[in-house]
Amino acid sequence: MQINPQKCVACGNCTYVCPMGAIYIDPVLKRATIDRDECVECYTCFNGLSQEHLPPAVVRTVRKVFAAMRIRFEPEPDVCPTAAFEPDELTWPRVVRRAFSDPRVPHESTGVEGRGTEEVKTNDVTGRVGPGDVGFTIELGRPGVGVRFRDIQEVCRALAAAGVAFEQKNPVTSLMSDVATGTIREDILDEKVLSAIVEIKVPIARAEEIIRLVWDVEKRIDTVVTIGAGVRCDAQGDDTVVAPILERLGYNLARAKTNVGLGRRGVPTSAPEREVVTM
Amino acid sequence: MTNTLHRFGPAESFDDDFIVFAMACKGPFKQENALDGLRRFLQIAMEYGPVNLGDARHGGAIRPSRQVNPLAHWSRDNAPDFQGVVDGLTDVTTCAAVFDDRDKAEQFVKRIKDENLGLSVNVSTSITGAEDCCDYAGIPRHSVGYSLGFEGKTEKMPNAQVMMLSTMCGHGMISHSLAKKMIDFVKENRRTPEQCAATLTRFCSCGVFNPSRAKRILEDARTKTS
Repeated sequence: MQINPQKCVACGNCTYVCPMGAIYIDPVLKRATIDRDECVECYTCFNGLSQEHLPPAVVRTVRKVFAAMRIRFEPEPDVCPTAAFEPDELTWPRVVRRAFSDPRVPHESTGVEGRGTEEVKTNDVTGRVGPGDVGFTIELGRPGVGVRFRDIQEVCRALAAAGVAFEQKNPVTSLMSDVATGTIREDILDEKVLSAIVEIKVPIARAEEIIRLVWDVEKRIDTVVTIGAGVRCDAQGDDTVVAPILERLGYNLARAKTNVGLGRRGVPTSAPEREVVTM
Repeated sequence: MTNTLHRFGPAESFDDDFIVFAMACKGPFKQENALDGLRRFLQIAMEYGPVNLGDARHGGAIRPSRQVNPLAHWSRDNAPDFQGVVDGLTDVTTCAAVFDDRDKAEQFVKRIKDENLGLSVNVSTSITGAEDCCDYAGIPRHSVGYSLGFEGKTEKMPNAQVMMLSTMCGHGMISHSLAKKMIDFVKENRRTPEQCAATLTRFCSCGVFNPSRAKRILEDARTKTS
């Protein structure tokens, strides 16, 4: 992402909307400036800010007059008055940032759309997580912290060392140079993304071991972690196996997404499609 | 993706937060006529009084504008455009309806069951809230994805009120700074909670943000800091 200095009027609205806090007003340039190393190319500034198309020179003059008189205009906080944000052409490896950070674009870099897979959301059709399984989604970087692939690799290597198999269609898995060891390709390790999800499936008997493993690796990485645990309910719609394990580990289970089981299989085809990830 | 799952707050804070979303499976078992089913899902949702509606490709019912009229600074239109979401659905993607009332969510889930759209339907809310929806519809839960909350370097996270607002966009499009700014706007009486909730809603790229819950959180934040 770029900010056109000919258009920017340094109003500062964009500095608040950046999820990574990567935009600031440069006191010398007197223009909004993007810290390229911290920017994850999520396009929140470009997509989320509404746009006016006011003449920059007029806006700057008005702002100077108001500032001299100590008068504060209270514009709408989510408007770029001069439409100064301009997407630039992303190349490898920077394009990976957008693939993992802007939910509206497909993963040209990975061949998979979104940050994860459908996991239990379509489990009523796919049977991805069966009785006796736990499907873990280990999300790194959210909310509002971000994560570099070097830290993602730390988690992946720890899981791989435990003999865990990664979800094949997951974008992180597709960027591994060695899936057996959880090693991610070298040229993207310093790239920062808004978040990434590592997906695995293990027998219920290993659920506690995996959680304790994640707890251990969390101490070595510089970001926040959110774990999701997907399970198949019994015929009565109950889960009497996994929830007690999680509660015993100290988790206060407050929120969940519940697949209500209304999905119906279509006619099977032989050509598998790419995963689309959304909610 | 888990963008409705990891919302910050205790279970009771989800009493006005029910996201019902529908999606068609990809791969060898994909459903036929999924686009028609998704459009029907959204149309039915409108009958039950949602507070937001959206699809993952185009966004929610309150969207940013590419051509703002300068007068908007004094008279911004913050009304949700539900019909626009339905009309704008062009691709098979995930569609969501957000409710701030348990009865509405329960009745909607039951109606969707009766419509037999063939789509996978999920309810994202408190565990008991989703159980109630299933009980009302007379269906057992098929699968559950639990949120285990936030861990790791949690010292990098802001206070609870900011978290409750910003995590309502699980894609992470709502920055902590903007959420904090909206709280400050309300505290200073520079904007109403409704206006600030609408501002935040525009940044959610898939329509799962709950402006009604946001309004309540902002109103609480006016007098209480957590």
